[in-house]
Amino acid sequence: MGTKFVKNAVGRMIPEEINGKPVIPFQGVHKYITEGRRYAPPLPSCANYPSDGDKRVEDLKTALKKAGIKNGMTISTHHHFRNGDLIANQVFKAASEMGLKDLVWFPSASFPCHEPIIEYLEDGTIHHIEGSMNGPLGRFASQGKMRGTGVLRSHGGRYQAVQDGEVVIDIAVIAAPTADPFGNANGLSGESACGLLGFALADSQYAHKVIVVTDNLVPFPCVPWQIQGNYVDYVVEVDQIGIPEKIVSGTTRITRSPDRLYIAELTAQFCDEVGIIQEGFSFQAGAGGTSLAIGNYFGEIMREKGIKARFARGGSNQYLVDMLEEGLIDYILDGQTFDLAGVRSMRENPHHVDTSPFTSYNYHGKGNFAGIVDVVILGATEVDVSFNANVVTHSDGYLLHGIGGWQNCLFSKTVILPIPLFRDRIPIIRDEVTTICGPGELIDVIVTERGIAINPRRVDLIDKTKNSKLPITTIQALKEEAEKICGVPEPVELGERVIAAIKWVDGTVIDVVRQVIK
Amino acid sequence: MATKGIAGNQGPGVRSDCHAALEIKKSGGIKIILNSKVGALYQNSIRDLAAEILNFFHVEHAVLEITDRGALLLVLAARIEAAIKNCLDSREEFLLDMLAENQSSTAKDRRRRSRLYLPGNTPKLMLNAGIHKPDAVILDLEDSVAPDKKTEARLVVRNALRGINFYGAERMVRINQLPLGLEDLEYVVPHYVNLILLPKCETAAQVQEVDRKITDLLAESGLVHPVYIMPIIESALGVVNAFSIASASERVAALAIGLEDYTADLGAARTREGRESFYARNVLVNAAKAAGIQAIDSVFSDVADMEALREVVLESKSLGFDGMGCIHPRQIKVIHKAFAPTEKEINKACQIVLAFDEATEKGLGVVSLGSKMIDPPVVARALKTIDAALDAGLLAENWKEVQSDDEASGL
Repeated sequence: MGTKFVKNAVGRMIPEEINGKPVIPFQGVHKYITEGRRYAPPLPSCANYPSDGDKRVEDLKTALKKAGIKNGMTISTHHHFRNGDLIANQVFKAASEMGLKDLVWFPSASFPCHEPIIEYLEDGTIHHIEGSMNGPLGRFASQGKMRGTGVLRSHGGRYQAVQDGEVVIDIAVIAAPTADPFGNANGLSGESACGLLGFALADSQYAHKVIVVTDNLVPFPCVPWQIQGNYVDYVVEVDQIGIPEKIVSGTTRITRSPDRLYIAELTAQFCDEVGIIQEGFSFQAGAGGTSLAIGNYFGEIMREKGIKARFARGGSNQYLVDMLEEGLIDYILDGQTFDLAGVRSMRENPHHVDTSPFTSYNYHGKGNFAGIVDVVILGATEVDVSFNANVVTHSDGYLLHGIGGWQNCLFSKTVILPIPLFRDRIPIIRDEVTTICGPGELIDVIVTERGIAINPRRVDLIDKTKNSKLPITTIQALKEEAEKICGVPEPVELGERVIAAIKWVDGTVIDVVRQVIK
Repeated sequence: MATKGIAGNQGPGVRSDCHAALEIKKSGGIKIILNSKVGALYQNSIRDLAAEILNFFHVEHAVLEITDRGALLLVLAARIEAAIKNCLDSREEFLLDMLAENQSSTAKDRRRRSRLYLPGNTPKLMLNAGIHKPDAVILDLEDSVAPDKKTEARLVVRNALRGINFYGAERMVRINQLPLGLEDLEYVVPHYVNLILLPKCETAAQVQEVDRKITDLLAESGLVHPVYIMPIIESALGVVNAFSIASASERVAALAIGLEDYTADLGAARTREGRESFYARNVLVNAAKAAGIQAIDSVFSDVADMEALREVVLESKSLGFDGMGCIHPRQIKVIHKAFAPTEKEINKACQIVLAFDEATEKGLGVVSLGSKMIDPPVVARALKTIDAALDAGLLAENWKEVQSDDEASGL
């Protein structure tokens, strides 16, 4: 309670300590440079492993015991199966049955399917979560019911935290759609095929112990080995690791909402008018309905102009694969596969390449792909008049979403947020966002159904659209328009207690989330 | 009167709307129970509004339960007023401020290529209708509103006319069939409606009845803005009387046809080729043009098939129609594109306008193109074609300079 707070570079008050560890406040984009060496896990020797390469153990609980699970350890899992993951819940069920306490769950992301984890937070098995908290878990944490403080990181920030030793993973549990007894694993085939396993890469390399869990064990060798068995301690075979229809969810469909289609159309037109869509360009659009529609409009423009893109960054899905196969895109650099068309394409097409947070986003890499992308399309729950944006909390203060790759993607050459001006009377553009996840200096354009606001820092884009027929306006004007329609929102009073920290890509803290009071 | 009144919509699919349940009591003062999805940001403004409206209608003791799914104030106000009017007989109206943008009037011969139908009791669909840039929006009190929701829909439509910005679209209301429709007029005419759609119109007398009521209501409110009428012909008798309907009142700006009801009246199935309504459509166009007004085609109901829609619009245009109805915003663009002038029409119009400019410059009283004399209405039509071409992006803003450059370079 006596924690001191300091103001960081975006003006937010940050505690000096979180979960008993000292905090470095956000200092500005690319201002914080860490010294020292990469973290290294204990040195293994092959002499300690079965010489026939068979690392199978009978079940998950046995594997956890053999891995030396103890109170207070950090256990990681991954979200390749999205809302169809069956393994994370089983890990903590086993831990709870073993009477373990105060574990830290370090997922690459959590989903509503992880609601049962609440039970293990309540019974003391888990102390806190370091990872996104979607839906029910976010609500639980927002109400101040989690003992420790949540820590949210971007996909790249997770890799950074593992590499510089900020997070030491004691045991990584990697659910793999296909694996061999040695621990080689991939996501390309099997009932729970999900494409790639990039989010588990850091964990395989840096965790003290690595457990691979699969429901599709194949004889050695499992190729390609997206996860190398040489990093793996134990292999567990189970009946089922995921629910296929929830892994490749049916949500990846182009929006049918006329309002969102209109926003998508405006976004594509904007990109065309400012000259982004040209021979050899690159783009990244997510799997949301609006983003898919934008990709589709990009395709139409490319066809019309007879040009193609050098690469598209995925989230891949049917639409992107169709564009690849039509020859509109040379390469898909895929971080996450959203449907079976994506999985198939990755398996069969050498131009559909799997990537990881290391190649794409890592702060401690000697560069990464994010900055090479010409234009990226992202979402936000709120944006302020200085273009700072929020993706984790809603305006009522509830923490309901993770950061994902969002912060990392902000380093693209042009960052566009296509968002409705208001959602159910809640204006998106505010004087101040509830939580700053990304600094405004990295956010270039806001496209709404009632106008397009360009960040004043992007003089080039403003010049290029001077004589445009597009509805170019200012962010201030958009905010006023929203408030004219919806009314000026009343200030939301939040509690004193910090329930989660929002990390920036370099490991500093850009903002904190406070408890919601009812 | 009843002591309980309800209005509005609720349930999981409801958004940007609310439900109000009022119970008038004998004592105990006012109690407002608010369950709002946006309560964290708007609870005080919602409570203040509710209290203000109850006070306005002199309700002193009541329990008002509001279930809100992100309704705007103008929707909340309509729902609360409707719930109150279920309980007490009042001629008073609780009116929020009117947007300055909505106090605009339109011209009788304004472009009416597209008119987007919006169900009168579904405010969610109204909020963003204008961003799709239809030539007109129709706030519908007729077929899209359930019989038991007619009264509350009037208040939503009235508040929408005053408070929702449709970004330049003409504001139309489709009233119910007469006589109910005459009552509807009281809720819309004093609030700057631009045009009234009169459904299932069969006689000139019906138009004249609506005309008189509009005139009376405008006089009562001390307003002078033009309110036009667009009768919709939806029966065999209506087709027979088309010309007398079209010429029944100065307010009639266009004649529309509704093919669902018309084909039902004929006892014929509605087909994609539309042979069964070919006669009616021709009659309607002819009657409208004879009366000097616009002819407007029916809606196309397959909202997923844009290619078929395009074909239908091109046929409409070729028959002489000036516009058609839309039931989905995505249809608007297709309709505008298909109604856009052809390259040949644009070239001709450019030549006429340039000739007119030249004649004006030289102070000539007569405009001629080649050996042909050009009448003023032809110039007016050419200007309209140019406007339409500019609007559709088929002609550069600086076309006059470009054309004279072309001439100079011998093209």
